[in-house]
Amino acid sequence: MSYTIAEKVLKEHSNLKEISPGQFVDCDIDMIMVHEQLGGRIHLEYDKLGIDYIWDPDKVFFILDHWVPPPTISSAQMHQDARKFAEKYKITHNYGYQQDKGICHQVLPEMGFARPGMLIVGSDSHTTTYGAFNCLSTGIGATDVSVVFATGKLWFKVPESIKINLHGHFEKGIMAKDFILSLIGDISTKGALYKSLEFHGDGAKNLSIDSRMTITNMVVEAGAKFGIFLPDDRLKEWLAKRTSKQYRNVVPDEKAEYQQELSYELSEITPTVAKPSNPGNIAKVEEVEGTEIDQAFLGSCTNGRIEDLRIAAKILEGNKIHPKVRMIVTPASKEIYLQALKEGLLEIFLRANAIVTNSTCGACIGGHLGVLGPNEVCISSTNRNFKGRMGDPTSEIYLASPATVAASAINGSIKDPRGVI
Amino acid sequence: MDLIKGYAYILGDDISTDDIIPSHTLTMRDSNDMVKHTLEFLDPHFSKNVDRGNIIFAGENFGTGSSREEAVHVFKLLGIKAVVARSFARIYFRNLINNGIPAISLKWNLNQFVKEDVIEISLLKGLIINKSQNITLDFEKIPEFLMDILENDGVINQLKKIL
Repeated sequence: MSYTIAEKVLKEHSNLKEISPGQFVDCDIDMIMVHEQLGGRIHLEYDKLGIDYIWDPDKVFFILDHWVPPPTISSAQMHQDARKFAEKYKITHNYGYQQDKGICHQVLPEMGFARPGMLIVGSDSHTTTYGAFNCLSTGIGATDVSVVFATGKLWFKVPESIKINLHGHFEKGIMAKDFILSLIGDISTKGALYKSLEFHGDGAKNLSIDSRMTITNMVVEAGAKFGIFLPDDRLKEWLAKRTSKQYRNVVPDEKAEYQQELSYELSEITPTVAKPSNPGNIAKVEEVEGTEIDQAFLGSCTNGRIEDLRIAAKILEGNKIHPKVRMIVTPASKEIYLQALKEGLLEIFLRANAIVTNSTCGACIGGHLGVLGPNEVCISSTNRNFKGRMGDPTSEIYLASPATVAASAINGSIKDPRGVI
Repeated sequence: MDLIKGYAYILGDDISTDDIIPSHTLTMRDSNDMVKHTLEFLDPHFSKNVDRGNIIFAGENFGTGSSREEAVHVFKLLGIKAVVARSFARIYFRNLINNGIPAISLKWNLNQFVKEDVIEISLLKGLIINKSQNITLDFEKIPEFLMDILENDGVINQLKKIL
């Protein structure tokens, strides 16, 4: 039998000799990430089980990131409930107190917890992000988290895989975000439902780890269960700085079967946006140029990384944000925040009249630090533009790359970044 | 769990978990406060009239978006009896089953279905009968191990028995 990466990892974690797409398998989980949901539904569901243990507290990563520091009394109470649970069950990796670290999907890999060959689940749909590190990872709900907490296992339907061959390099001012939005536009928001996306080719190798994370982060917007990159020297180097733990790279078999194959020349990708109010409502930036904006948001688990801040700073340096626009910059983690500080990027943002916030999911979910009012328009480097996602249901969100966000912030309306970089 | 009787409520494609339960409600501590906001951006009267629309019929990619299980929990509290869709977002599908709500994937077009149509579903036969329109549609039966979760009214009850 020949296997894709997803099939290989699921086979290994289910201890089966053979495996095929469509099959239901019970798998051992290597790591589970939980955030505010622990204080939301998870602790309520888990309490119903009436047990006083978690299968393996060392394999639980708990962090608070959505509403940090708490903007309301009810979010502070949610945090208290989550911490109480983490204490009670002695969760080893407990980052619920200081709230300084950043967004789960950035912090977990930074701490070396996402390694090739692992099977990771999390109480957040963007858990697919860790596929950039050659592991299988996906989001689950509160009751499934409870099942894993109690048993260390979870059932999966072995997915069919789609092979995506990437070639070449992006042109100047074009980013991974433009590519993943283009891909979602091509295959639609249901194009990868229940499927695993495997990214191959020299173009994949040319992408930075930051860029790969942007892509695997948003595969879920095409419905995908997993999004995975192959291992290479760039990944090896990244991991060497983060972990001393052993890992085994996973590559697909030469004769692995794919349900579909797609190829992209990265040099042909152009600035792309998702128009309100669906991530599949894709358009070229030139089609929406001139759309006036009230807010420009740079941050999130999709695009709050150092390469995102660097390109935005390059565009903003020596410029001022349009007087009628507020720009909010939220680095995805403290590590990124410190790096941006060291490189002088934060000063560039501040001198351009942007607001720099602590690391949080805040604005992306309409939680705090950038909530939209009635009829406001935002250009955002985030992953979802559903109705009311960032605030009032009449507000509108255009999803775009950090470069497009920065260029638009200066202009006061949506702008193609290629003219300013 | 076999026969389900109720009234149709119609939704379109790509209904997201943000549509079902907006994030501004997620820090509410009382679920009874939260349920009032179910589908509020699409239909502010949904929760009040739910008894006349307790079987959801939707298009593609139902429940797309966040993993927030509140988006199923509010359906459970409101007494939604089943969700029928052309396709489901995978986390939402699991959350429905895990909370004891049948998730039925249907390949047929639902254009003729109207809000408040009288519906009967047989999970064991794999049939949906729209009594108001006199239409019978078949669907691929829910796998046995998921039926077992539904029989237990959710995965937590099922798990309790074996722990």
